Amino acid sequence: MVQLTRDAIDGERLVQEVRRGHCGAIVLFLGTVRDITGDQVTVALDYEAYAGMAEKVLGDIEVDVRARWAVGDLAIEHRLGRLEIGEISVAVAVSCPHRADAFEACRYAMDRVKELAPIWKKENWADGTTEWVHPGVS
Amino acid sequence: MKILCFARLRDLAGSAEIDVELPATATVGDLRREVERQAPALGPLLPKCAVAVNDEYADETVELRPGDRVALLPPVSGG
Repeated sequence: MVQLTRDAIDGERLVQEVRRGHCGAIVLFLGTVRDITGDQVTVALDYEAYAGMAEKVLGDIEVDVRARWAVGDLAIEHRLGRLEIGEISVAVAVSCPHRADAFEACRYAMDRVKELAPIWKKENWADGTTEWVHPGVS
Repeated sequence: MKILCFARLRDLAGSAEIDVELPATATVGDLRREVERQAPALGPLLPKCAVAVNDEYADETVELRPGDRVALLPPVSGG
């Protein structure tokens, strides 16, 4: 299951969603809003997405993960809108029969989300300025 | 052709959508050249942007057809 949402992400709900009788391992990753980046202080992040494509890309990532590992179930949820420090921006929950696969599948899924999903965050710095984050662009 | 712009690209374009004149048969590569020519404000960021056609990443050779949904995507920062 993949989803974009404007609501607060509930990690425990995702854990319950991916729970399966034949899976002895559930790994939950939560991405949260950090307060410091380099020497700049973040007040809030604004996340936006190219929504239709983002959902498709997340769905493709799920298919990819399932092809690589024996996944019981997988949930990816990304939040959009304004997020304060400490809030959860993204969650990936994976269940697998054994923990090695669960850890690997979860990490891979999260890495692919960061690499591929057409989603962008804008920093709201403590000094009042804002800045879209585009890796590789000064 | 209407081209969707996101994040800093939208800020530079001054709009979520720009209109780009393209010949009847054009590729993504042609689109990049035309955007650079017709919307020079986007120039510096453009080489780092990906192009999506109908919700899929598209390379230079992909042909554009009327009705295609095209977007310019600056480097992503989700997660």
